Amino acid sequence: MTVTPLGIPRRLIEFTLDGQEIRVPEGSTLLEACRGAGKDIPTLCEGDTLTPKNACRVCVVEVEGARTLAPACSRRAEAGMEVRTDTERARHSRKVVLELLASSTDLSTTPRAAEWIKEYEAKPDRFGADAARLNEEPKIDNDLYVRDYDKCIQCYKCVDACGEQWQNTFAISVAGRGFDARISTEHDAPLTDSACVYCGNCIEVCPTGALSFKSEFDMREAGTWNEDEQTETTTVCAYCGVGCNLTLHVQENEIVKVTSPHDNPVTHGNLCIKGRFGYQHVQNRG
Amino acid sequence: MDLHFGDSKPTDDERAAVDALLGPPASAWEGADDRTDADLRWARGGREARERRDQLLPGLHAINDRVGWISEGALDYLCRRLTVPPAEAYGVATFYAMFAVKPRPAKVVHVCTDLACATRGARAVCAGLEERLGAAGSASGGVVWQESPCLGLCERAPAALVIQAGQPASPGRLRPRTPAPQSPAGLEFATAVVAPATPEAVVLAASAPEAATAEPPATMAVPQAGQQGLTLLKRVGVVDPASLDDYRAYGGYTALRHAFDLGPAGTIREVTDSGLVGRGGAAFPTGRKWQATASQPAHPHYVVCNADESEPGTFKDRVVMEGDPYALIEAMTIAGYATGAHLGYLYIRGEYPRAVRRLEHAISEARARGFLGDDVLGQGYAFDIEIRRGAGAYICGEETALFNSIEGYRGEPRSKPPFPVEKGLFGKPTAANNVETLVNVLPILTHGAEAFRASETKLFCVSGNVTRPGIYELPFGATLGELLDLAGRPETLKAVLLGGAAGGFVRPDEMDIPLTFEGTRAAGTTLGSGVVLAFDGTVPLPRLLLRIAEFFRDESCGQCVPCRVGTVRQEEALHRILDRTGAEAATDIALLREVGQAMKDASICGLGQTAWNAVESAIDRLGAYK
Ligand code: SF4
Ligand code: SF4
Ligand code: SF4
Ligand code: FES
Ligand code: FES
Repeated sequence: MTVTPLGIPRRLIEFTLDGQEIRVPEGSTLLEACRGAGKDIPTLCEGDTLTPKNACRVCVVEVEGARTLAPACSRRAEAGMEVRTDTERARHSRKVVLELLASSTDLSTTPRAAEWIKEYEAKPDRFGADAARLNEEPKIDNDLYVRDYDKCIQCYKCVDACGEQWQNTFAISVAGRGFDARISTEHDAPLTDSACVYCGNCIEVCPTGALSFKSEFDMREAGTWNEDEQTETTTVCAYCGVGCNLTLHVQENEIVKVTSPHDNPVTHGNLCIKGRFGYQHVQNRG
Repeated sequence: MDLHFGDSKPTDDERAAVDALLGPPASAWEGADDRTDADLRWARGGREARERRDQLLPGLHAINDRVGWISEGALDYLCRRLTVPPAEAYGVATFYAMFAVKPRPAKVVHVCTDLACATRGARAVCAGLEERLGAAGSASGGVVWQESPCLGLCERAPAALVIQAGQPASPGRLRPRTPAPQSPAGLEFATAVVAPATPEAVVLAASAPEAATAEPPATMAVPQAGQQGLTLLKRVGVVDPASLDDYRAYGGYTALRHAFDLGPAGTIREVTDSGLVGRGGAAFPTGRKWQATASQPAHPHYVVCNADESEPGTFKDRVVMEGDPYALIEAMTIAGYATGAHLGYLYIRGEYPRAVRRLEHAISEARARGFLGDDVLGQGYAFDIEIRRGAGAYICGEETALFNSIEGYRGEPRSKPPFPVEKGLFGKPTAANNVETLVNVLPILTHGAEAFRASETKLFCVSGNVTRPGIYELPFGATLGELLDLAGRPETLKAVLLGGAAGGFVRPDEMDIPLTFEGTRAAGTTLGSGVVLAFDGTVPLPRLLLRIAEFFRDESCGQCVPCRVGTVRQEEALHRILDRTGAEAATDIALLREVGQAMKDASICGLGQTAWNAVESAIDRLGAYK
């Protein structure tokens, strides 16, 4: 069990959401307000432990009087705003954005992508068979995790988690520009030659499965990955005195990956290399 | 942070280039080769070095200027000096079109294939170069040539720019603090502009850029030069751009004196009363922007002059900077005084070597004579200007992308709010204005807001199929037809692109459109950056549209999905319908509309939001693909 601190009380502001007057604490994003009101807005680049880069644009909503749509994940609610989440215009943009994403990247391991594509009637195929795709081979250069950038939507979450928002290692960044922009190490070097410390916090935040445990990647390749059969057990890391929480994902009595609860006020889902990857000794049944 | 560096070492040349900018390293912590005993006992660099991150872009330029490309060793050395993680610096270096992270020859030729040049023979130039120098991008004989977006020389299209890496030509320019070892190729850094370009002239200039024929004076771009009634252009071609005294003889620095008389609040009031709105395209009231910046409690405040003019067809800022550089310095000083800033950044696009040289000279002159520095004009007000050179990225004209670029980050736009007046450069209140907006401040303060209102003018960049291309200054309210008549209308005018690639096409029968912000808006188009590109019957419209789409695909920063992927899908669709019309094009046009709408609605910044405007207007107003 984790404890979430309440923080200092904030002033409430009032605005209209889909015609309904609602009140939220000052500083709340429109997305928080929507979730509070039970509305399900699709999101990809937004993450519960990071400041969103609002780059994916699937969460756009219509703000009365604004020339363009607003990203719900980042726009703060203002008193008197009139916000509509389900207008034709907003739905159109979400649909096209999903089409653009699905036509250029592999969303097969992105949770909920298929569901949203159906809901918004997106047809990623309509750009034709020759539509440019990322088309990258998975980068397998170490035994701990795999980078499959064909699945990357460039949400910047891994960059932020590796860099200034959490880990402060700055091993990866966005290189290049436009459609050629890619997540990359310095000089595009293999991970083993980079500054990476294998904390795996980037995997923790990746919304598409572009970053995954080598174990998960191999099992998916072999067709043996089966989330329905997995159990999750949250426990305490035994390595050092920090006491991070680990969630062990177990399939057929083997640990297949390790995550960490995001609502933990100390670690916010971050771990170090030992907690994240050092689990083999548990299953040395020799 | 964990700074990790590979084994690559810089060459002597690369090290010298960086040290010339930053001074020699103080310790092994900052990249010196030898560890001293003191280095083993305490760490230096760190925070202090990190605060110089804004030297990253100048550092990349220093290496690129010296060697022609940025090697691993050079980048790592620069990172050590500035305590910047190499992955981030690599991300920055690969963002800009003028830098390379793979070896290439010292001489790079950029050949413009953009709108104005395309109508005036850019294809033939490229074909000729292919014959003489080989395919674009392939190095031969110490030269590589490549296609380039608009070089801002549209009045002299087709245009080419040669950049030769090497030792700094005049030691003063890069302020070397250590004796620089001779560059291996023995080359000196040099640039040459060839416009109008022929393949022969380009090859010649590439073989010895330092000896290439000088560019024509800035007046050549001002067909009205010397005429009565000019306000913003009145000194261009008349005043000696290298002489501060000459500038003063033509009325220079009276506006600043007036500003000092009025005080900061009075200056802002005058600018507000004048009704001046930003000339960069957004038409935001300048006085309000200054007021909002001045009143912010956070300090320091900054002023930024956006001279990253990269809109295809735009070259007015270049002409003003080259022809009347002190005017811009004076205007920036006034902006600084009014908004309470003591430092101004002048961000000039990297493709404008002559404008950079002239302003560098003018700034050092102004500094030496007390027009910049600790005590401007003896008024107890401190103000100075730093020049920043862009490195080939249209998106850096977006003000928040420009801030990131100056700060040493990738030139990606930030999402607004917060707005720059509140959190701009280095997170501080910032007033950002473009060149044309700023120089308008001079007549406002010299003659007063009322006189200004009565005779407010606008600059237009006219190019394409006209007989007298160049910059025109016209009172607000002149019509498109009047402007084109001045510039020499082509016999068979087919279309006019108003406002540049982000603007829209209008038909030959729409010549009555008044050239005002309201007038163009009422006509369903935009004044944008003041571009007027005329096309006659010989120009194949579908090719032109494809070039516009290519431009946006190349220049998208890649941050948000609608723009990063949308611009690619737009270009693909335009490729498919290049030779098609009617029913055959209908599905793709429908697709374009849907993608275009999402780009307009959901992109983060103006680039994505306008990337479909020109194509849309060509379909709707010109009946392209009918
Ligand atoms: S690898 Fe994952 S987290 Fe990183 S940018 Fe791509 S999708 Fe986002
Ligand atoms: S994950 Fe790392 S830091 Fe956290 S308790 Fe385990 S060993 Fe310690
Ligand atoms: S609209 Fe284009 S240029 Fe602007 S932020 Fe998005 S990707 Fe970058
Ligand atoms: S979730 Fe809001 S823009 Fe990506
Ligand atoms: S210089 Fe070629 S189009 Fe402007």
